[in-house]
Amino acid sequence: MQTIPDTAALAAEAGSTGRFGHELEEVVVERLEEVAEGVRRLTLRTLDGSEFARWEPGAHIDLVLPDHVRQYSLCSPLADRSRLQVSVLHTRDSRGGSRYVHQGLAEGDVIRINGPRNNFPFVDSRKYLFIAGGIGITPILPMIEAAEAAGREWRLAYGGRSRASMAFADELVERYGDRILLFPEDEVGRIDLEGLLALPRAKMLVYACGPEPLLRVIEDYCMGWPPGVLHTERFVAASLDAGASSEPFEVELTQTGTTVTVTPDQTVLEAVEAQGVRVLSSCRGGICGTCETRVVSGEVEHRDAILSEDEKQFGDSMMVCVSRAAAGCPKLVLDL
Amino acid sequence: MTVTMTPTSVVSLPDDPFTLENISNPYPLHEKLREAGPVVWLEKHGCYAVTRYEWVYEILTDFESYCSSGGLGPKDIRKEAEWRPPSILESDPPTHTVMRRGLAGVISPSTMRRLREQFAPFAEELAEEVAGRGEVDGIVDIAERYPLKVFPDAVGLRPDGRENLLPYGSMVFNAFGADNDIRAAAFEEGERVAAWIMDSCERENLTTTGLGADIWKVADEGRIEPQQATLLVRALLSAGVDTTIFGIGNTLYNLARHPEQWEKLKAKPQLAKFAVDEALRLESPFQMFHRTSTVDTEIGGVHIPADSKVLLFMGAANRDPRKWGEDADVFDLDRNASGHVAFGMGLHQCVGQPIARAEIELMLQALIKRVDRIEPTGEATPWIHNVLRGFARMPLRLVPKA
Ligand code: FES
Repeated sequence: MQTIPDTAALAAEAGSTGRFGHELEEVVVERLEEVAEGVRRLTLRTLDGSEFARWEPGAHIDLVLPDHVRQYSLCSPLADRSRLQVSVLHTRDSRGGSRYVHQGLAEGDVIRINGPRNNFPFVDSRKYLFIAGGIGITPILPMIEAAEAAGREWRLAYGGRSRASMAFADELVERYGDRILLFPEDEVGRIDLEGLLALPRAKMLVYACGPEPLLRVIEDYCMGWPPGVLHTERFVAASLDAGASSEPFEVELTQTGTTVTVTPDQTVLEAVEAQGVRVLSSCRGGICGTCETRVVSGEVEHRDAILSEDEKQFGDSMMVCVSRAAAGCPKLVLDL
Repeated sequence: MTVTMTPTSVVSLPDDPFTLENISNPYPLHEKLREAGPVVWLEKHGCYAVTRYEWVYEILTDFESYCSSGGLGPKDIRKEAEWRPPSILESDPPTHTVMRRGLAGVISPSTMRRLREQFAPFAEELAEEVAGRGEVDGIVDIAERYPLKVFPDAVGLRPDGRENLLPYGSMVFNAFGADNDIRAAAFEEGERVAAWIMDSCERENLTTTGLGADIWKVADEGRIEPQQATLLVRALLSAGVDTTIFGIGNTLYNLARHPEQWEKLKAKPQLAKFAVDEALRLESPFQMFHRTSTVDTEIGGVHIPADSKVLLFMGAANRDPRKWGEDADVFDLDRNASGHVAFGMGLHQCVGQPIARAEIELMLQALIKRVDRIEPTGEATPWIHNVLRGFARMPLRLVPKA
């Protein structure tokens, strides 16, 4: 799942611009702070003091570290574009990314970043339920800020090993009071997913970020919810690597004979329809099966609630309204 | 509910959607209601009527404010028992969640692949027969025969007594509309038919390989209660026959009346599924049902008190020019009909949707192969039904390909 391109290869592939059309940008590490046990927050500024590009909640940047490129969700205040902040958990089994941030990096260092870009877009809704596991809190912070600014109804359930390990927990409670439900595992046990998710709610989106096992259980509960409510971002233990493709990929359409690029903020269905290719769809949320499309080749990251595990493994069809190319698969060939 | 008051802030109309005239041609009334406001009070029935796409969609997807457990008919079955135990259609979370999840693996893409293979031969056989015959009745000879054979086979229903399926479907759906003579007629043989259906849903009366048996396996795994398995098999049998018959009939109806669209389809048979989708939008088989408000709420600025019955017009929403443009009444294969609410939307969106689509499309594909032109040879006779839209008779000439 996790690929770690080296810096040289990345730069070579990218030329002077980033892989994704963004400039690889040199930034200065202005501050390093311990915001919780094992969690270090980096505050980054541009070299010339200019503002960073506009970004939306859910966005992340690549940190180009020696030998590693790592993706971290932005968790700085949305309105303040003079700096970017990411928070990095130090993990034992780290393959280098988080160790470097925790041990090798010093204030004043210049590093390169790529982005921001967004693979976890924040969609407008009347109500939100946010669920964060551990360092998964980071992309949720700007979402809370945006939901609050728009006057939406929201709640956050936030779990972690212990209170001391839960970054930003105290300030969240101080600011938002009982809308924050904390679940330090050593005190109260795991997040009460049954209580939160057993009863589906209308007009409420669920945004969840955390370790894979947590997301699996959440996905399971949300199968009983209306289509399209659940939005997740996965990360592997070492860092906030998006498990799915966070890059544009190509879709070759065998019947139509064209190739379409799917950008990170688009679904395959949207990209293909934008080219005037017709695909039958109904729920557009991965639950009804209407848009099922035969996959001729390529590896799919399935995000629907219809295919069984076996069917997903087999990989010969996908729901184009939600599913995408898997990380490391630049092209899907579809029977469209 | 009795008509005790007329809310002042809402347009109140004396129209009755359940008259013979309005059932035979519902669209003039739909237009009137749509243009009268986002919500209209129907004096005769003491309920609110919602016909615009925006609001039908809103209510279908807001299952908290507009519940299903109040029943899809005019009575509030939370207060007054219905004629049968509530189905998955008449349930809210968490009961609904359990049942819906139970069905998720039963009707899956791999099931559908298997079913398509099972369904295809009879479509070919039937198309061969009717294309050779020339003069046919689109309903009796095609639309009814096809689903009545392949669908109960897929569920694993015993061969005897299948003539009860249509009367049962007629009871189930008519009860979603007004308590009138049409409904009463559908219930004439009610008890016997309902008893046969419930009996047929029991495990020992189903084959071991059909969808019915698959539902019982879910009960074996402890994921649903045995009585829920009976209810889910019953739901398949009641929801999966009449609607598909009308789906096929209404597709044929539109294609027969739009020869230029049929030509397009012949030239590009892969458009069949879009033709089906457009026909489902334009002549939606399931036209109306009720929801019940659970809280004081509002529709387009009109206050709706808690425990009100709200009659949703999917058929009208699917022709709302605000959503579909000025040519919303036109049958057009090139239109993107995606988002129509013929199968509902949200939590209760039809779980049998892929089966229905497959049946209609396969039948259509088989006809495209063999039929050069479809010509109406007389008026189609509307089926008189409270909430389903379709035809009882549809004389057609099928001109076979040379
Ligand atoms: S449109 Fe429903 S699964 Fe894609």
